[in-house]
Amino acid sequence: MLGNTSDRQRIAQQRLRIIAGHLQGPVDGDSAILAAECKAQGSKTDVCREGKTVPRRRQEIMKWNGWGYSDSKFLFNKKGQAEFTGKRYRLSGMIIPGLKDWMEGTFGANLQHKTPATPLLTSSAVQPATLNKAFLEELKSTGIPFSHDAEDRVFRAHGHCLHEIFALREGKFGRVPDMVVWPNCHNDVVKIVELACKHNVCVIPYGGGTSVSSALECPPEETRSIVSLDTSQMNRILWIDEKNLTAHVEAGIVGQDLERLLNESGYCTGHEPDSMEFSSLGGWVATRASGMKKNIYGNIEDLVIHIRMVTPRGVIEKSCQGPRMSTGPDIHHFIMGSEGTLGVVTEVTMKIRPMPEYQKYGSVVFPNFEQGVACLREVAKQRCAPASIRLMDNEQFKFGHALKPQVSSIFTSFLDGLKTFYITKFKGFDPNRLCVATLLFEGDREKVLQHEKQVYDIAAKFGGLAAGEDNGQRGYMLTFVIAYLRDLGMDYYVIGESFETSVPWDRVLDICRNVKARIIQECKDKGVQFPPLSTCRVTQTYDTGACVYFYFAFNYRGLSDPVHVYEQVEHAAREEILANGGSLSHHHGVGKLRKEWMRDTVSNVGVGMLKSVKDYVDPDNIFGNRNLL
Amino acid sequence: MTETYRDSGRAGLEDEEEFVDILGERRRSSDIGFSLRTFSPHPYRGALSCSTADLNNAVLESQYLRYMAKEISMETGSSVEEVREDARGILEEMSQNLQLGFIRLMAYVLSKVLKRLFSSVLVNMEGLNALQQAVQESPVILMPNHRSYIDFLAISYIMFSYDIPVPVIAAGIPLAGMKLVGEILRRSGAFFIRRAIGSDKLYWAVLSEYVKTIVRRGFAPVEFYVEGLRSRTLKSLTPKLGMMHMVLEPYFKGEVYDITLVPISISYDRVLEESLLAHELLGIPKPKESTTGLLKASKVLQEDYGSMHVNFGRPLSVRQLCEGRINRGQYNLVPRDLPQKPSEEAQACVSWLAHLMVRVQEEGSLISPWSLMACLLLQAPATVLSEEGLLWHQLTEKTLWLRKLALDFGARLNWPGHVPDLDVISSTMAIHRSVVHRKAGRVFLVQEDEPARKHPVSPEEGVAKMAAAMLMLASYRNQSVHVFLRPAMLATAVRITKSTQRDELFAFFCFLQDVFSNEFIFIPGKSSQDFEEACFLLKKCGAVHVSQQEVTASAAGLEVLSFLQGLLQPFIDSYQVMFRYLCEDAVHVFSEKQFHPAVRNLATNLILSGELHTYEALSSDMQKNVLSALRRLETVTKLRASEQNEHKVDQAAVRRIGDVLSGKIPPQMLQTPPDARL
Repeated sequence: MLGNTSDRQRIAQQRLRIIAGHLQGPVDGDSAILAAECKAQGSKTDVCREGKTVPRRRQEIMKWNGWGYSDSKFLFNKKGQAEFTGKRYRLSGMIIPGLKDWMEGTFGANLQHKTPATPLLTSSAVQPATLNKAFLEELKSTGIPFSHDAEDRVFRAHGHCLHEIFALREGKFGRVPDMVVWPNCHNDVVKIVELACKHNVCVIPYGGGTSVSSALECPPEETRSIVSLDTSQMNRILWIDEKNLTAHVEAGIVGQDLERLLNESGYCTGHEPDSMEFSSLGGWVATRASGMKKNIYGNIEDLVIHIRMVTPRGVIEKSCQGPRMSTGPDIHHFIMGSEGTLGVVTEVTMKIRPMPEYQKYGSVVFPNFEQGVACLREVAKQRCAPASIRLMDNEQFKFGHALKPQVSSIFTSFLDGLKTFYITKFKGFDPNRLCVATLLFEGDREKVLQHEKQVYDIAAKFGGLAAGEDNGQRGYMLTFVIAYLRDLGMDYYVIGESFETSVPWDRVLDICRNVKARIIQECKDKGVQFPPLSTCRVTQTYDTGACVYFYFAFNYRGLSDPVHVYEQVEHAAREEILANGGSLSHHHGVGKLRKEWMRDTVSNVGVGMLKSVKDYVDPDNIFGNRNLL
Repeated sequence: MTETYRDSGRAGLEDEEEFVDILGERRRSSDIGFSLRTFSPHPYRGALSCSTADLNNAVLESQYLRYMAKEISMETGSSVEEVREDARGILEEMSQNLQLGFIRLMAYVLSKVLKRLFSSVLVNMEGLNALQQAVQESPVILMPNHRSYIDFLAISYIMFSYDIPVPVIAAGIPLAGMKLVGEILRRSGAFFIRRAIGSDKLYWAVLSEYVKTIVRRGFAPVEFYVEGLRSRTLKSLTPKLGMMHMVLEPYFKGEVYDITLVPISISYDRVLEESLLAHELLGIPKPKESTTGLLKASKVLQEDYGSMHVNFGRPLSVRQLCEGRINRGQYNLVPRDLPQKPSEEAQACVSWLAHLMVRVQEEGSLISPWSLMACLLLQAPATVLSEEGLLWHQLTEKTLWLRKLALDFGARLNWPGHVPDLDVISSTMAIHRSVVHRKAGRVFLVQEDEPARKHPVSPEEGVAKMAAAMLMLASYRNQSVHVFLRPAMLATAVRITKSTQRDELFAFFCFLQDVFSNEFIFIPGKSSQDFEEACFLLKKCGAVHVSQQEVTASAAGLEVLSFLQGLLQPFIDSYQVMFRYLCEDAVHVFSEKQFHPAVRNLATNLILSGELHTYEALSSDMQKNVLSALRRLETVTKLRASEQNEHKVDQAAVRRIGDVLSGKIPPQMLQTPPDARL
């Protein structure tokens, strides 16, 4: 065994350089991967920080009151056509001719009726920071960067729930953190948590800020100084172990950086939640995240080998990296899903895989949703699900259609017309019932093709028709831009959100129908003047069930308190989900938004168990975001 | 929520509701043309039509039946295949085979029959429009009351006329046995259920899966009689819960988003089977359903039956009704298609809903002038009716007085506004000339005359003769008894307890509900609202003063109170007769077979001796109700080992109930808490 750190480091670096060389041709070794430890860094130029997505001042590149990058957004240009700005996405810079009609048709929205957001953040509207002097003094002496600038604080006071964004757009701020700290490494976190305990300061860990469960909301009743612990600067891959195919990574790294950096060495984790551009590894662990390609790579709990977490009681971690252990209840499972209530995840060792040789998108059109679900069920039964398989219902299919960018040639538009004709007229599919499954295959070319055939054969048995790679790829692209689309909606009186559940196979159809119907009825009962968009898709398959995603949006013109109406409807929809045998959450987590159902979900004893863990690990409620329990 | 039925039952009734005579059009144009009309209903959205074979197959192949077949084969030792074969047989016997051609045939024949029988068939368009809408939104359950054979296909007929999907209808198996007619009914959408299913597990399984599959698929509304049977007494029957549970379960288990219940109240001016019913109640068995019997009965076609009202109640959402009453999550942990004993919560919910439906039917029914007159005639001494005759002007005056009271109590009357009141009463009498006739300014009861009388009438025969007419009258009274029932119970409580204290009156009120809950429909758990309603109505008509603690009779209210007490008296007296019989020394153990004739004898003697003034104790229906009530109150218990349906009676307990009922001891002395049946 290698005794000292620098040896290990040197060898690892060398190994990485060689792989990188294989894969990319000659590059400067340093710019690719650096196996580094916290203390080894600092004085040296911070090479791997270049090309990293998230700066300390996030507002420099990201919207403070909406989703994603400041340069990317939907808008209606002077001609009244929708376009997507920026250069970052496939859709960027393109005209989307169908979107206007779809928005008008679906929501009764009108381009004349705008609801613009407050353009600038007025710092004076933010509560002054409650600072704990003693804590501050000692923190200064550690040299860990911090800030109590209003913009920094506001940015970390929210996730992306509708009510949070809505309030921001109106320029309203509730309780926000009193300061933000940016630890650089595990040891920094240890110091911060020690100080927080010593001075009784509330710490709320902040990763990517993509929470949709009110998990980042500061409890309004919290009187202590609240410190937002932003992990974004802890974003290095510390080492890659090619023999065992693992990587040891700092928990603040965001998904896209992790993938990109691993790709540079020829690897990937394959963990791709829809939020992967912005969400962080630590956040995934803390919420039990799930990735689109979990069929090949697994969900976060399958990917994680080792976790380091700093708690008020000290650091918790396992002593080895055995692939499975029988050592009592798995302590990782106290950490995964703890939603920042027990401590801060600082470092994670995860599985990695060689990058797939070949990727292929695909899509299948089914005459109706029932057939589509039956097909997915069969695919799951035969355990031959591709890396990703998703089934959109008819409304979502139409939505996807509306997002088609302007076609460049007459030929493609002719082909599209022909396809539509073939499916609706020749095959007799009802355009108001048909639905589409999008597929993503990954692996060896040979195997992918074989796999593809197997899946299409099953689909054919359920009346499915192959509908091309384009449709598939567009389906996945939609995932990344849909959150931007909500901002566009909010410019025109349309508010909406998505939420998810997991449910046994035999209830999938029932839950989809009932929840969608419940949403429509509740909107009607609550006085929403326009029919809402209420749609769903099956996004993951398991042996015994599926993950179902609902989108729900409506035009709120004429309502005095749209957010309240929205929340009532979402609440009712969740009740409906639970009544139909669905889970409280598949991967979004509980946060504060779904806390009220925890007891029913895990039983009294279950809540008691979790409570007693919290009481032991964090008796003074330093990690006081009050999620979960 | 508990008050929902109130608005529902009377939706739109504040104003003259628009009833349209559907025969009007039929009398103007050809029946052939009508039966061949383009029929284009909009079914439940998304539901595909479903052939008989598809449906039956789906039922047989269901996970539930496969599981049950395995279970039954383990229990009985026969092979799974044999059990499944049996299931197939059951299904063949049961299943409907709805075909448009036969609906057309039915439409043609029924046009002829209805026109012959009724002067008009009146349907509320508002209800029909609401139904038309509801049918497209969720699976619909049509829940008519059942008072006559003729209403069996009436709903289908109306659906056909107004482009609403024709229902599949739960029918008793005897109908299936009728030559030709059985098949026609089957093809008109009837499916057939055996009467005494008892503990036949396989039969229950097939039936419930069949019904649930129809509800889940939603291709046609399901029509069934929640009362289970045709009411022989024209009084609502205690709802049967089996079928109700079957149609509701798809909602409980989340298999459908919602289910719409449409209570339908069918009211007749005169019921075709009136005399048949009275005889049945006196123990003369009804003729077996047969095609020849039907043809023989065609002589009923010669008579005038006035009009028929079909009142479609406001469609009710099961989802809304059940909110807070059922936790649908209870089905989360066991596969939904495994047999599961319904939870207490589910049973209570089903029972509540079933009772609610019957109450809505009651409130939706139209009260004819004749029914009001029957209430009054029954309060005259029997000898007056049979011998001296009742003064015509007295009867008309009183009828008009009662009309006002009924309206005060919120009844819907079938009283034509554009005709002078006296003409209305006269023409009503004319329709019912088989029961009463008018001679020299007096009204007499018509008693059956036997054409070939060989010997003078014995006193007992005299009683029986009189009884038939009296029970017919009682049946017509029953059509409106629900209007007066709750105030009548309070009036009775006032008389018997001689108290003015609200809590004492309430206790007695609850006691009456408890004793009579097989006789009348009370929604479980609603006693105090019922009591409040009674207070409110009596106060409204000026019969009582109501304060925080007290309810006192007002001087002006005497007439109302005595009428109401008189209305309930026959029931109380008859129950007492039966209690008396059960407390006789010789009767510790008795069989149901002995019970009926023995009670009939006792009652006949009491009538002859002048001690009993009502003939209703002779009614087998009331006798059965008393037994059921006592069984429910656990004073009579069925002997398990007995093959003759023997019962053991706790005479002391029966005596105590009788004593409370007669006011000798206060109801608090009884052990059973009110609403024990919950």
